[in-house]
Amino acid sequence: MNPLAGMEGSADGKAAGVVGEEPTSHLDRNAILLAVIFSVLTIGGWELIVRFFRVPSMIMPAPSAIATSLWKGLASGIYPRHFLVTFLESIGGFGIGAAFGLLLGGIIGTSPLLERAFYPFVVSLQTVPKVALVPIVIIWFGYGINSKIAISATIAAFPVLANTIVGLRAAPREEIDLLTAYTASRWQIFRTVQLPQALPYILVGFDVAIVLAVIGAIVGEFVGAQAGLGFLILQRNLYFDTAGEFAIIILLSGMGLALHYLISFAHRRIVFWNPRSANQNP
Amino acid sequence: MLEEAAAPGPAGAIPPAEHLLTIDRLCKTYQTRDGGRIEALRDINLAIGTEEFVAVVGPSGCGKSTLLKILAGIERRTSGSIRLAGRPLDGPTRELGIVFQTPVLLAWRTVLNNLMLPVEVQHRDRASHLAKAQALLALTGLDGFADRYPFELSGGMQQRVSICRALVHDPSFLLMDEPFGALDAMTRETMNLELLRIWKESRKTAILVTHSIPEAVFLADRVVAMSPRPGRIAEIIPIDLPRPRTLAMFTSEAFGRHVGHIRELFGTSGRLDG
Repeated sequence: MNPLAGMEGSADGKAAGVVGEEPTSHLDRNAILLAVIFSVLTIGGWELIVRFFRVPSMIMPAPSAIATSLWKGLASGIYPRHFLVTFLESIGGFGIGAAFGLLLGGIIGTSPLLERAFYPFVVSLQTVPKVALVPIVIIWFGYGINSKIAISATIAAFPVLANTIVGLRAAPREEIDLLTAYTASRWQIFRTVQLPQALPYILVGFDVAIVLAVIGAIVGEFVGAQAGLGFLILQRNLYFDTAGEFAIIILLSGMGLALHYLISFAHRRIVFWNPRSANQNP
Repeated sequence: MLEEAAAPGPAGAIPPAEHLLTIDRLCKTYQTRDGGRIEALRDINLAIGTEEFVAVVGPSGCGKSTLLKILAGIERRTSGSIRLAGRPLDGPTRELGIVFQTPVLLAWRTVLNNLMLPVEVQHRDRASHLAKAQALLALTGLDGFADRYPFELSGGMQQRVSICRALVHDPSFLLMDEPFGALDAMTRETMNLELLRIWKESRKTAILVTHSIPEAVFLADRVVAMSPRPGRIAEIIPIDLPRPRTLAMFTSEAFGRHVGHIRELFGTSGRLDG
């Protein structure tokens, strides 16, 4: 073993290694403590104000009323049933939209000709407010789950498409030169350098898309549906059951949060080598 | 004095049969966006012998990196010809190993898998090259780092990996584009010695592009001095320092004479950034 190499190794360990782990976890503990205090104060304050000023439950229900409604809905099986519908619509829409975005982005991103020809269309489609298409999509696909999946997929496809195109351009010139010098084919360059370099971008696209997919499903249910949490919100609204609406919103936030964490987790596992991804907050 | 025939190798003039690489009347002209033309290389003639070490020095803009990129098949030449072992060379070749200024390691691959990249891309037999890869890691003091990722290594260690990668498939010639330019002076001297050791053991033909005149003189059998705008060969200087070279030679009279001569050609301080 080269003694100098060893020296460099240890110097490197100091430079790139874990810089002061203890202060970081200390910081984490304080942050959690602060967040808990903030939550308790907010919810407690809300409860007190509603009770003290006798705010009608229809206008602003107390946190306790929302919790009761949430519990009743869950126990009766009504919330889980509608939750499942919206969840399947979101996941289905995300899956189809992401696959479409990846495929189209992959084709456009690897061909300068196609990129020049079709990128303007991509940009102009991106500016179309997709929500405005919802009534039309419902005419095409009906009131069932299919129309919600279609809407969800339409909205989710764009961030994946755009990020795939940008990501495929992210490979540094030298890495492509290196592969070229070693006689790599275009397909080998794509597989060995361009695709891995695009992954951090694609996963950020997934993260945005999954949240948008949930929104797409709910908007679809607002316009016309027989089931789902969006449908349920409208129903509760009709009966002035504001506590119920808040309870459903909590469920929806939970769904979005869980899906976002799932993607973030996958992101950190897949692009562990990218310091920006590794340090990214979940 | 511009002709390679007038420039003897370390053991006198190299007979044409032993030339591994022959560059003949090579020109490169870039087309700019506004329709203008930039002449990067003009009439480059150079013959490089088997197992010879040639260093190319010159100020920025003399086209030395362009020359290297054309030899590597990354850029196309405008006119002229290149022959490798008698056969025309018109693009990337399996016979090449290349080292860039930066290590260019793929961040998601372990050291070993980065090293094996040429083997993988060229569909060579992985099993038989693994032993070679391990031997190269040992040779460069990197044994034990095979399963690490590039971000766990220092700059000098990363550049060593890229040198190993350039040798793993046993190419007949090695191109290096300022391979130590990004390293600090101390590491750079160590790496120079190490490079000489690797070169001697692997018996490769080596072409090194560098900004540093002392580095070129220290490493090479011949130094090709290039002048800018358009890039052309100003002079080819045979270096008669004995091998193996040692750091003590940096202070020898012969070394100083060569460095002084090349500096005079450029009229600068020795480092040719500018």
